[in-house]
Amino acid sequence: MKLSVWTYEGPPHVGAMRVATAMKGLHYVLHAPQGDTYADLLFTMIERRNHRPPVTYTTFQARDLGSDTANLFKTACQAAYDRFQPQAMIVGASCTAELIQDDPGGMAELMGLPCPVVPLELPSYQRKENFGADETLFQIVRTLARPMERTKTITANLIGPTALGFRHRDDITEVTALLEEMGISVNVCAPYGATPEDITRLGAAHFNVLMYPETGEAACRWMERELGRPYTKTVPIGVGATQDFVKEIAEITGLEPRLDTSRLRLPWYSSSVDSTYLTGKRVFLFGDGTHVAAAARIARDEMGFEVVGLGCYNREMARNIRALAKEFNVEALITEDYLEVEARIEELAPEMILGTQMERHIGKRLGIPCAVISAPVHVQDFPARYSPQMGIEGANVIFDTWVHPLVMGLEEHLLHMFREDFEFHDDAGASHHGHAAKPRVETPEPVQPEQAHTADNVIWLADAEKELKKIPFFVRGKARRNTEIFAAERGVQEISIDTLYEAKAHYAR
Amino acid sequence: MNSQAPPASPRGCLDAPVLKQRGQHEVFCGLTGIIWLHRKMQDAFFLVVGSRTCAHLLQSAAGVMIFAEPRFGTAILEETDLAGLADAQEELEREVARLLERRKDIRQLFLVGSCPSEVIKLDLARAAERLSARYAPHVRVLNYSGSGIETTFTEGEDACLAAMIPALPETDERQLLVVGALPDVVEDQMLDLLGKLGIDNVKVLPARRADSTLAVGSNTVFALTQPFLGGSLAALGRRGARHIPAPFPFGEEGTTLWLRAVAMEFGVDLTLFDTVTHAPRARAKKAIAKAAERLNGKRVFFFPDSQMEIPLARFLTRECGMEAVEVGAPFIHKGVVGPDLELLAEGPTLAEGQDVELQLDRCRKAQPDLTVCGLGLANPLEAEGLATKWAIELVFTPVHFYEQAGDLAGLFSRPLGRREVLKLEAAE
Repeated sequence: MKLSVWTYEGPPHVGAMRVATAMKGLHYVLHAPQGDTYADLLFTMIERRNHRPPVTYTTFQARDLGSDTANLFKTACQAAYDRFQPQAMIVGASCTAELIQDDPGGMAELMGLPCPVVPLELPSYQRKENFGADETLFQIVRTLARPMERTKTITANLIGPTALGFRHRDDITEVTALLEEMGISVNVCAPYGATPEDITRLGAAHFNVLMYPETGEAACRWMERELGRPYTKTVPIGVGATQDFVKEIAEITGLEPRLDTSRLRLPWYSSSVDSTYLTGKRVFLFGDGTHVAAAARIARDEMGFEVVGLGCYNREMARNIRALAKEFNVEALITEDYLEVEARIEELAPEMILGTQMERHIGKRLGIPCAVISAPVHVQDFPARYSPQMGIEGANVIFDTWVHPLVMGLEEHLLHMFREDFEFHDDAGASHHGHAAKPRVETPEPVQPEQAHTADNVIWLADAEKELKKIPFFVRGKARRNTEIFAAERGVQEISIDTLYEAKAHYAR
Repeated sequence: MNSQAPPASPRGCLDAPVLKQRGQHEVFCGLTGIIWLHRKMQDAFFLVVGSRTCAHLLQSAAGVMIFAEPRFGTAILEETDLAGLADAQEELEREVARLLERRKDIRQLFLVGSCPSEVIKLDLARAAERLSARYAPHVRVLNYSGSGIETTFTEGEDACLAAMIPALPETDERQLLVVGALPDVVEDQMLDLLGKLGIDNVKVLPARRADSTLAVGSNTVFALTQPFLGGSLAALGRRGARHIPAPFPFGEEGTTLWLRAVAMEFGVDLTLFDTVTHAPRARAKKAIAKAAERLNGKRVFFFPDSQMEIPLARFLTRECGMEAVEVGAPFIHKGVVGPDLELLAEGPTLAEGQDVELQLDRCRKAQPDLTVCGLGLANPLEAEGLATKWAIELVFTPVHFYEQAGDLAGLFSRPLGRREVLKLEAAE
């Protein structure tokens, strides 16, 4: 038993729903009690889908237990087939139905429905949403895909995008364009937009683009093994990764690598002088493994940030993320406990968080700006505008998204110049954040205690504490921390103004 | 004290046939109530003993995660708990100890049963007893079930309140107990009105804090403010308290009839009643009239959701001039909504329970002007061209009593108004 406040992932059957909802002509019969239909609103409200997810819930109640929950399942299954006439069905149990062991897969098989039925075994008490999506796609592909001739021209499948995915809708467009530039067309994109009939044609592609390992890796591995179709290992998020991706495709296909960078703005924006202030910004990264790995590279190599910590919530990616952390010389945080993430962020005091909606809330609480880089998603993560993460436009979008929460370069200098001005005091915040202006309340100088602040065995003298307050609020945490480390390393017990400025000189970059 | 229109037939819809269907229910389970109950009871923590699905439901239904560390959480059952490898009771006690250690502000702890905990027959009553003994008097531990196999959406609040009733101290005092979680501002308005009527000894269940002086006994009379409190009604009956049946305080008429039923119980002078209610009644009527312009003559279809459907259909048809096509409710408890049914003119289909596919067929056929439904159905129906009002807002928004009557009507008129405002096509 584990106490959970907020969760990064839903149960595995929600992962199966993400696959079913992304597809067309597929129907999911879910053995589940009343209330599990809440999951519909994830798709209709958060993603603003204009159709109900293609899911029939059996809605068993307490009085059905031990009598006819099995019959209830069969009736629901038959009614769903009759009404929706799907090309294929998937059947499975939610957490409660798993306990009553009705075996939906076995029952559906015996019913002799006139379409392929894919049984799902998703262990609700061990695994989570991403596993559910990955496993569901894998089972569908395994059941329906058959070996077949390659298409005459070079084609690829896009594997992994699902409903409720972080920017999946726009990534598909971007990756399709990347492939087109090299003369490769898309055979099937799955599960997003695919029908079961499309799934049968997966083998016609020359190779697979694994867009999201979280939700597509099992299917890609199976296709590599059983159909002899290789898959890409690079996820094209960021400038460098997009170039590597193009190279990898060239190697797989024997085509010339080709990438039109005329619309790519990140490199110049990052080199332009206004971006100088981005240098060495201390960032903390958290999200799903794939997006965190991509973001870490962008943060360090393309934005010039300093990555002070990183981690992921999906254990399936723990090994990769630990290796990555080693490369960045930080400790990986692999956890699904939101409070642990909060504690780590508090401890590291980064200047910015690149995380999920959870970290956005942590950031709000701690006063640290945050840009969202990964699921779990929020209605804000489905913008009306084209907003991919992958490819050329993805890099542009990421530059804007990450810079936006920060105080702009010029504004930072102005804030520094006018820090004693009544409108530019610490509590006013950055003007573009849209807070109502808060006038500074003039309070008489409090009587300063001799020891204003203590950290471990280091004491801040009143003068130094006062000087620290003059430093702009958005770098003050770092200044305090650096000074304390500086003092502790030198065995200095009391921090004076001199210690503060010696530390500043020491850490100067 | 005249209501504006007499019922169309002497007993309205009270004896009308009820369409009962069995199929997919598109409703939340009782756990959802935690979202408003934890705001109401400011020193309570709700610990769901359940699965990852329960945690995900609470998070999704709450919409946004407003609170860094909310006063609810889920003790997620794991493989070892189910296989009997771990003693679930001990595990639970360990989690509770950890929680109470961190949250010293918690005075009431609710162990909330879920589908999985009910199916594996985890004895939360025993756990609550043991924990109560251990943490008394600082923390009181109670349990109830919010599981989907037993409760529908708002029934979770009913189950929670019903669990509190047996633990209340006994009193012989003549008092009014008002039952149902209302936003504080609405509760204060209600207490003010009752006070002006001379009814002073009023208690509210649930109380805002655990250390209230709430008690119950045979001289207690009680009125419900929410139409989903059938279990609490029975539990109070077992404590000897007596129910004051009344229509629910939605709209000007509903509020007046509710207050009048209470006033009659306490022998309030009719002139005083008219004096006290005159101004707020006029205000409510005026506020409703504005929204009613848009609602008048329009047809409304209710999918079952919060149990508030019957009283709201009464309000919309009698005070806003709407026509009810179908009024679906998760279940119909005539002992609770009887007075509202009596006022609801015959005509609409009354439906109890749900087969969502068949009901959607009826809805599409009827082409109502406004469909009241859950969040899972709203956008798909909008995309089909039907205007919708999401029912959950009726539970989260202050809608009771006179001063909110206009807001209540506004919740229904707004979707129609928005359609009039938007011009998304090219100019002719």
